[in-house]
Amino acid sequence: MPPAQEKAGPAISVAGLRRDYGDRPALDGVDLELAPGNSLVVLGPNGAGKTTLLRILATLLRPSGGDVSVLGCSLPDEAWKLRGRIGYLGHEPLLYRDLSGRENLRFGARLYGIERGAAEARIEELLRAVGMERRADERVAELSAGMRQRISIARCVLHEPELLLLDEPDSNLDAEGRELARALIGPAAGRTRVVVTHDPERHEAEADQVLRLGIGERAVVS
Amino acid sequence: MTPSRTAFAAILAKDLRSELRTLQSLPAMALFAVTTFVVFRFGLDRTSLSGSLASGVLWATLLFAALLGINRLFVSEREEGGFDAIRLAPIDRTVLFAAKASALVVYLAALELVTVPIFAIFFLEDAAGLGPLVAVLLLTDLGLAATGTLISSMAVNSRARDLLVPLVLLPLSIPLMIAATGATEPLLSLGGPSYDRFGTWLMVLGLYDLIFGLVGYAVFDFLLED
Repeated sequence: MPPAQEKAGPAISVAGLRRDYGDRPALDGVDLELAPGNSLVVLGPNGAGKTTLLRILATLLRPSGGDVSVLGCSLPDEAWKLRGRIGYLGHEPLLYRDLSGRENLRFGARLYGIERGAAEARIEELLRAVGMERRADERVAELSAGMRQRISIARCVLHEPELLLLDEPDSNLDAEGRELARALIGPAAGRTRVVVTHDPERHEAEADQVLRLGIGERAVVS
Repeated sequence: MTPSRTAFAAILAKDLRSELRTLQSLPAMALFAVTTFVVFRFGLDRTSLSGSLASGVLWATLLFAALLGINRLFVSEREEGGFDAIRLAPIDRTVLFAAKASALVVYLAALELVTVPIFAIFFLEDAAGLGPLVAVLLLTDLGLAATGTLISSMAVNSRARDLLVPLVLLPLSIPLMIAATGATEPLLSLGGPSYDRFGTWLMVLGLYDLIFGLVGYAVFDFLLED
């Protein structure tokens, strides 16, 4: 390993991760290490803990046990240092239905402290990139699920995050939407990525590592 | 980390814009208050009220009208994933408490701007007490906003939200209501306002605001944890 990379360390390091919901373990003994710039695809049946893993890495859930380090920050203690460096795309689009797509992106830009002029330019660029520039001023409630997903992808990368945590990023997208999204959140974007998917054929080919989670089974990294 | 002032302004502006666009809280609050005044007017069979009775009618109505707004304060955050969006952002999470409490103060002030003049038309012979009443309204709104934001954020993830908010908030607001009615009573007394123990009640209101403001600031971060 080159010295610079060795010094940088892994983007994600997880050892013996456990998360329980009451008495039920959702994750039990997950170990993985992901190098910066690499892609990890997480596979598994419903209820295997894929979304739970992603939410722990995003600092949205506390682990019940084990060691988790993301971009050099130990979780949950240093979660505050990590926020702002992650782009998270979850099951929910995280968009306010009564605001337009553009207003949602402006709101996001202000939360991430992006200066107004730079934010407007970035929002325009992203709206074009996801093919939503003509519908950007319509209320999110009036958009189709696929259009919401496109705006949500723009929100996810608005602040140029180092790490992308993507939960079913293709859901509700048509073929054109998937291609547009690929340019922003695909491996070519050069960011470290963790992708939860039920579509292994599409994503496995792009993965540097694959994590298979099973219900009641040990997680396997390949 | 994003400056707290920027994040505060963004969240407050977002909430006010949403409310202006959808009118989900304010019209219901105002309609409830006006209907309650009509019920009191005919139920009590009185064309004018003064002193403790006037004070009681005003604050009972405003408190229950406020509950409608408090119940809905975090609904968009829960139903549209706003909690996650805010928790992912590099901001001090207590900014959300401050912004939501401020939005509630704006709603309550708008409610009172509409309903207090109607209360005066329905029940008061002398409107001279309304000037100093503004200070009581403001201090009580701050206290209601602090407790309401705290309780609403705790209850929003519960399916029994509509039950939980009044169940917890009403007992907590008793000291606030005692001080608010105590301060209002001499202002609405027959023969014009007097200022008997007015300053003491204002200090009690201020103390309540301070305590619940600090409690909210101290515990809100923990309430957002999943």
